Amino acid sequence: MSKVLTIAVSKGRIFKDALPLLAEAGIVPIDDPETSRKLILDTSREDVKLVLIRASDVPTYVDYGAADIGIAGKDVLMEYEGDGLYELLDLKIACCRLMVAGVTDVPTESSRLRIATKYVNSARRYFASQGKQAEIIKLYGSMELAPLVGLSDWIVDLVDTGNTLRANGLAPLQHIADISSRLIVNKASMKMKHAAVKPLIDCMARAVAERS
Amino acid sequence: MVIRVAQTKDRWLLPEGIVELLPQQAQHLEQLRRELLDLFNGWGYDLVMPPLIEYLESLLVGTGNDLDLQTFKLIDQMTGRLMGLRADMTPQVARIDAHLLKRDVPNRLCYIGPVLHTLPNGFGRSRSPLQVGAELYGHAGIESDVEILRLMVEMLKTSGVNDLHVDLGHVGIYRGLVQDAKLSSDQEERLFDAMQRKALPEIEAYLNEWDVVTRTKEHLLALIELNGDHSVLTEAKRVLSSASAPVQSALENLCQIAARAEYFIGELPLYFDLAELRGYRYQTGVVFAAFVPGQGQEIARGGRYDAIGESFGRARPATGFSSDLKVLAELTPRQQVSTGIFAVVDDDPVLESQIATLRASGERVVHALPGQQGSAREMGCDRILQSTDNGWSVVAVD
Repeated sequence: MSKVLTIAVSKGRIFKDALPLLAEAGIVPIDDPETSRKLILDTSREDVKLVLIRASDVPTYVDYGAADIGIAGKDVLMEYEGDGLYELLDLKIACCRLMVAGVTDVPTESSRLRIATKYVNSARRYFASQGKQAEIIKLYGSMELAPLVGLSDWIVDLVDTGNTLRANGLAPLQHIADISSRLIVNKASMKMKHAAVKPLIDCMARAVAERS
Repeated sequence: MVIRVAQTKDRWLLPEGIVELLPQQAQHLEQLRRELLDLFNGWGYDLVMPPLIEYLESLLVGTGNDLDLQTFKLIDQMTGRLMGLRADMTPQVARIDAHLLKRDVPNRLCYIGPVLHTLPNGFGRSRSPLQVGAELYGHAGIESDVEILRLMVEMLKTSGVNDLHVDLGHVGIYRGLVQDAKLSSDQEERLFDAMQRKALPEIEAYLNEWDVVTRTKEHLLALIELNGDHSVLTEAKRVLSSASAPVQSALENLCQIAARAEYFIGELPLYFDLAELRGYRYQTGVVFAAFVPGQGQEIARGGRYDAIGESFGRARPATGFSSDLKVLAELTPRQQVSTGIFAVVDDDPVLESQIATLRASGERVVHALPGQQGSAREMGCDRILQSTDNGWSVVAVD
């Protein structure tokens, strides 16, 4: 394997927010991901490549060592079950909250809650910690619809401004966790490429500290 | 809907993570197996063959929850007791040392055999590794730790693995710090989970929430940063100088092992990670692992585990390593040159005796069956036995 460092990032908000932090470490993508169809981006640093993948795939790429480093939301990491990665740094970007939401003012009477969510593991863990038995229904999108059509009592989803919830007559009910993006590193890469990985982490840690 | 019943046309499909080896791979792996057994023998390690299946209590004794989850279970029709298919041979070998051999001298044992995992593991998502390893019982000093480390490296070199990186740590350092922190078992569990992920933000939040004394808090946070080349050890001595005696002695032990390891295998890149907690549940001292580029996970691992024999009635210092021979074989593809001699079926006693002589000398002689398809080459032969004026002679095919 070459000495190239591969960083996995998902397109969209995380990528945009991560750019200034990566720039602090001297990493600026040469191609613009919005216009380019390339999945592997060259950067201003010859020894660093960015790969663009789905957010929920970032931990998988890093766990298997297909990417050395990744930037992934805590929401995705809480769902992920592998143990081959380090979560070294809270980048404090793409911040939001993982919450239970539902129709306001309608108390749920059922003994067995039905919860629609993309975050199956987190939802199960949360309700178990509350001493509640919950039936989890896995959905891939448009969670807000589920309580409206009687598919579920509540939903568990990321909440940023809460506008989508409000527009559908839902309100955030319970706070599960604060979410932000983390810098994750493959365990083997950390050990074999530490000469390259460590300075990069230090750079980004400094950049995060300066912003807050 | 996912169809969970195997369909008739897919009945050749093997269960997930279960692999079979075809002739070339099987030959390569077997060759490797013999070479490794010879290597272990050369270092004075005796081969043992623990059973594939045994009662669960003895299989899982002193090993913790992880191994329990990894073990396939079934019920013994003769006794009604629960049996397990081994998922790790180390406890079995420890039992052999503690219970069956009962010797007071150092004991060196090695093993190669299939194990089964309920959950896919590692880069290859395998559930059927061929575990290979060696254990040294009855000596608590750094010399035995380094002997085991050297043998692990030697095994990987013999297998033909290139570009090896070695990772060293010591679970005693973290264990000592956790004692200093006076945590409840639930807190310890959560800290351990975050520690394995080096999740600094979470650990910091936990330690603040639990009111851990400032000094120990600083130590635990520093531990996460203590990884890198040899300079880490010097840094650790400085940062942890105010920690309790168990932490100090664990660190000193690691430094001594590191010095000795550098003397013997110093040509390899050594990496130190003081927060490495691989096998924390049963390891008691130094832990080490080998990595190669391109593999996201370690290819061999080992360390000291002094407590495990206790459960079998005899605590013995122990140190050892293990690996998966299937992974090693995959990492070291060898060009197999097929050699063999193609011979017709003929009742001529001269031919028969010549074939017997060739076979006895280690040659591979393949009979050409009457009316069969395929040339000598296609049958994996580079020569043929040909009838000539003065009997039968071996001739090269082009």
